[in-house]
Order: sequence, then structure tokens, then C-alpha cells
Amino acid sequence: MSVRVRVPTPLRKFTQGSDEVDANGETVGALLDDLEQNHPGIRERIMDDTGKIRRFVNVYVNGDDIRFLKNVDTALKDGDNISIVPAIAGGT
Amino acid sequence: MRKSAPPPLRELRKAEAVTELVGNTPLVEIRKVTRGLPTGVRVLAKLEGFNPGGSVKDRPALRMIREAVAAGQLTPGRTIIDSTSGNTGIALAMVGAALGYRVRLVLPSNVSEERKGIIRFFGAEVVYSDPLEGSDGAIRLCRKIVGEDPESYFKPDQYFNPMNSRAHYDTTGPEIYRQTEGRVTHFVAGIGTGGTVMGTGRFLKERDPRVRVIGVEPDAALHGLEGLKHMASSIVPGIYHEDELDLVVPASTEDAYEMVYRLSREEGVLVGQSSGAAMVAALRTARQLSHGTVVTVFPDFGSRYLTTNLWTTWKESLDVGNVGFSI
Repeated sequence: MSVRVRVPTPLRKFTQGSDEVDANGETVGALLDDLEQNHPGIRERIMDDTGKIRRFVNVYVNGDDIRFLKNVDTALKDGDNISIVPAIAGGT
Repeated sequence: MRKSAPPPLRELRKAEAVTELVGNTPLVEIRKVTRGLPTGVRVLAKLEGFNPGGSVKDRPALRMIREAVAAGQLTPGRTIIDSTSGNTGIALAMVGAALGYRVRLVLPSNVSEERKGIIRFFGAEVVYSDPLEGSDGAIRLCRKIVGEDPESYFKPDQYFNPMNSRAHYDTTGPEIYRQTEGRVTHFVAGIGTGGTVMGTGRFLKERDPRVRVIGVEPDAALHGLEGLKHMASSIVPGIYHEDELDLVVPASTEDAYEMVYRLSREEGVLVGQSSGAAMVAALRTARQLSHGTVVTVFPDFGSRYLTTNLWTTWKESLDVGNVGFSI
């Protein structure tokens, strides 16, 4: 299954500058594995060593924060829209 | 003869206007988190949350606006506009309300609910930019809005306005020098616009060239340290001159968050994440010394972040009993 992933500015160096990429996966965790295959280095920016989404990253599936769904086990279906959004807005 | 009492660090003043209360913030010694340091090494933090707008940004905001009024750039009827996702927006909104100017702010839409609320309560108008583009996206959108109607706006442009660092040169630097009775040996501050570290550092080095000035930045482009900039992946502010710093220390978001939790529980000092990063770097600096006075800046208090991941993810840790500190 294929989903669209919106990529924030700080991670676009892993996607050759693209703000959106296509990826596959039955769950968010599998999707991140797939992203890592095609864009090496991106997963560790999103997940820590224990496989948890980093505290300062929010992942949304069709606008819903996965922390309020099933986290990395959240199921995906064809056509879902995924957004990886920094938890902070920059500041200053 | 009776010994006279030491002068109070923070005099209680009666002010004609809230803007008169900006600055003269207290300096507090950090004693428990610094356990194990040699007896001749002290770490002190300037609590900028005591400013009336709640952050260090009151200083540059007030200075930039006052200077613009004096120079005739900000005239009655013009609107103050800027791109700021953080404390500068609140500070500009407060100063605008106090001085009677309209304020319009461009913010990424993922800015915290507290900030949106505070800014609106001061009567400022908010324009939202794409959260995936971060603060640089807000900068670009703001430039576009001003470009369409330049006569209607005054844009302080904290990233390029020399009055930003000048505010710290004239106030934060002298206050620290006075409060430490000239004993400061190291100054450690986070880099956002660079205003604090540049202006304060310049003043302290002029007073005593031996003072080491250390900047703190996030260790990666994607980070959770609101208020700080990862320079290698950002639009570099015009007022930031890295060559004037003795050292730039990277801080990880995880370490900074842990430090925030430690400061709240062990010191009773509840601060925001950029203060955590500053303290991580200050502690790292202090651990390399046998003697010295390290001064850092805590830009704001932590109550401003209660709905953000800083505290919501900490709550998750508490819920599962997973509380441990490694710094």
C-alpha cells in the first residue's frame, strides 16, 4: 500500500529536498522502515534507539497524532496522508 | 557597630508603565544540579522569566520599538509586524499594547496554545504559516506580507536588527557584571537570534577580556529546543557572528529536557527547554574548571510549555514510573 508522507524542512536533506515522498507500510513503524530504506538516516531522526517516536517529533495520520492512536503500531491504508511535524515551532 | 544589610538584588519599584519593569532580573545560584563541582566553581542563572512579558525577549523588543519610534520608522498608525514563533511575539504584543501600536505576528501554526492565547490577549493579530516550514517559513511569509504593503508596517526584524544585541550589551551584560561583582569568568547562553550571547558577551569581554563566551545550539536540525537555532541548517541571523564566540556547544533535546525536569524537582526552578539546554552547557563548562563563576541565562519559565511535548511526554514517563537522569 502506498501513502503520501509530508516531510518537514529539517529532514529534507534525506529526501533530496522533496517536501513530500511516497512510502509503503502496513503500520507507521513499517512505514518508517520503508522510509529508511529509500532515505537512509531519516528514521533515527524520528525514532530513538528503543523504537519510540522522539519526544520532539509528532507524527500525524490524516491529521491525527499517533500518540493518541496506536503509536508506531497505528495501521495505515492506501491513500493515507502522513505528516512528520516538529513538535516545536522554532521559537525566538 | 551594626553591620548593614546587603543590598537587595531586585529592588521593588513603583513604575509609571509596565515597560519600565523590563530587565533587572534576579540571578540565582544553582546548587544541587551542580553537586560534585569543586568548591571554587559556581554556576548562576539569570531568571529572565521575571520580565513583565515573561521572557528575555522583553529586552530586545522594547529596545527595537523605542529606537524605531525615535528614528521615525515607527509612526502612529503603522503596524508592528514580525515573524516570531516564540517569546519575541509575546514581547512585541505586550510592548505594542503598552505603547499603543497595533501588532501583527506571523507564526507557524504548531506554536503552543499558551503562546497563541497570550498573544491574542495582548490584542495582537496572528497570521499562521505552514508548520512544516518552521520558523524560516514564517520569516518568508512575513517578508511577503510586508513586501505587498511596505508603508503600513514597521518590521523590527530581530534577526538583523542591531538593537537586539545592543539591548543585551546595555542591560543584561552590566547586570551580570554587577550581580557577580565582576567575578564572572564564563558566560553561557543559547543561540536563537544570537542577540543575548552576542550583546552580553561583548559587554563582558570589554570589561574583562578573560571572560569566555560560550554559545549553545541544538545538536541536530530536527530538535525540540524552542527558541534555539541549529545554525548549519537555518537562515543565519545577521546579528550573529560566530567568530566572536570562544566556543559553540551542541546540546541534545533529550539532555535539555532531562535538565528541565531536574531543575524543577531539585532546585524548584521551573524553566523552558532552552534554559535546560543552557544549563547542560553551563554544567559541562563548569565541570572542566577548578575555579570560576559560570553565568547562564534561563530565557523563560516552564509554565509557558505545559501543553507542549516537553511536559506531555514527561507525564508519560511519570505514568510508567520511568524516571531516571543521566546528566
